[in-house]
Amino acid sequence: MHSWLLLAEAATPKGGLFDLDATLPLMAVQVVLLTFILNALFFRPVGQAVEEREGFISTSRAQAKEKLAQAERLEADLKAQLLEARRQSQSVIVEAEQEVDRLYREALAMAQAEANSQRESSRQQVEAQKQQAFAGLDAQAERLSALIVDRLLAV
Amino acid sequence: MILHLPLAELEVGQHLYWRIGNLNLHGQVFISSWIVIGALLAVVVLGTRRMERDPKGLQNLLEFLWDYIRDLARDQIGEKAYRDWLPFIGTLFLFIFVSNWGGALIPWKLIHLPSGELGAPTADINTTIALALLVSLAYFYAGLSRKGLRYFEYYVEPTPIMLPFKIVEDFTKPLSLSFRLFGNILADELVVAVLAFLVPLVVPLPAMFLGLFTSAIQALIFATLAAYYIGEAVHESHH
Repeated sequence: MHSWLLLAEAATPKGGLFDLDATLPLMAVQVVLLTFILNALFFRPVGQAVEEREGFISTSRAQAKEKLAQAERLEADLKAQLLEARRQSQSVIVEAEQEVDRLYREALAMAQAEANSQRESSRQQVEAQKQQAFAGLDAQAERLSALIVDRLLAV
Repeated sequence: MILHLPLAELEVGQHLYWRIGNLNLHGQVFISSWIVIGALLAVVVLGTRRMERDPKGLQNLLEFLWDYIRDLARDQIGEKAYRDWLPFIGTLFLFIFVSNWGGALIPWKLIHLPSGELGAPTADINTTIALALLVSLAYFYAGLSRKGLRYFEYYVEPTPIMLPFKIVEDFTKPLSLSFRLFGNILADELVVAVLAFLVPLVVPLPAMFLGLFTSAIQALIFATLAAYYIGEAVHESHH
């Protein structure tokens, strides 16, 4: 059945564990051939793929680092701007408050002055009218007393 | 009766011989290695058919393997030279790993051969010596091509007293590489076969799991040592 495997049965050697023959050089040639075949089919393409990926990873890492640095720069920039804006708005608020205060004081002072002068003038007016009234009253009292005296004396 | 009890069934050291001209080949080693290589190539082709930047499924697995092998090669050989040797180290690792696991996981017994039996290609001494000699050639070539004749300075460093030891090392390296792999995988197959023969149920399971573990470890050890030897050869000592 398996006679095709026995290429030649004649003069079959005795065999044994340490039977060295042409198997040795042929196996060596076979392994060398296998080396070249595996180099073409396995080591070169896989090596290329792995090294390409390593390159890809390192470049994208570098790019990501650059982007991160840029983002950090922008963040610092924006923070500085924000701080500046805050400071400006604070000063605007303080200024406005001072302005309002000043205006309020001015208006108050003006109103007070006006009120004072009005009070003064009305007081003077009142005083003058009082003087006038007193003067009229005095004259009348004088006249009445003279009249009383006259009448009494005439009796 | 006890004398011819278990091992008679195991067919240790029997091979399916193919003859090409005057040369004898172990057919079962080639058949199983082609199956194993076919499976490996199928996974690789399927996994790399559509490569995407976000890996999915098989591509993920293949990238994990690639990464693992690259780390292994880079650690042992060094940053400068590892790229040239990555395919070689990776092929050693994958071929040995898939062979070992294939030998343990594929039910080879279902395929009957007229002589010998299928199993892990790495359980044959020819395969492991072939791999070990390739490693030797590789590290000599790596050293000579990178440093020229200065490569031989390595033999007298740090002192010339080391010369004989370093020369002996050139012989012991392939010897230990090949016999370590061969011995471990063959022993694993034999232990599982003997246990399965004696007690067919449950009992061989722990040995099988241990075998899977050893198989993976052996593939890793072989690839790591190969990379280490190459790294040693291309290493520039500082004067």
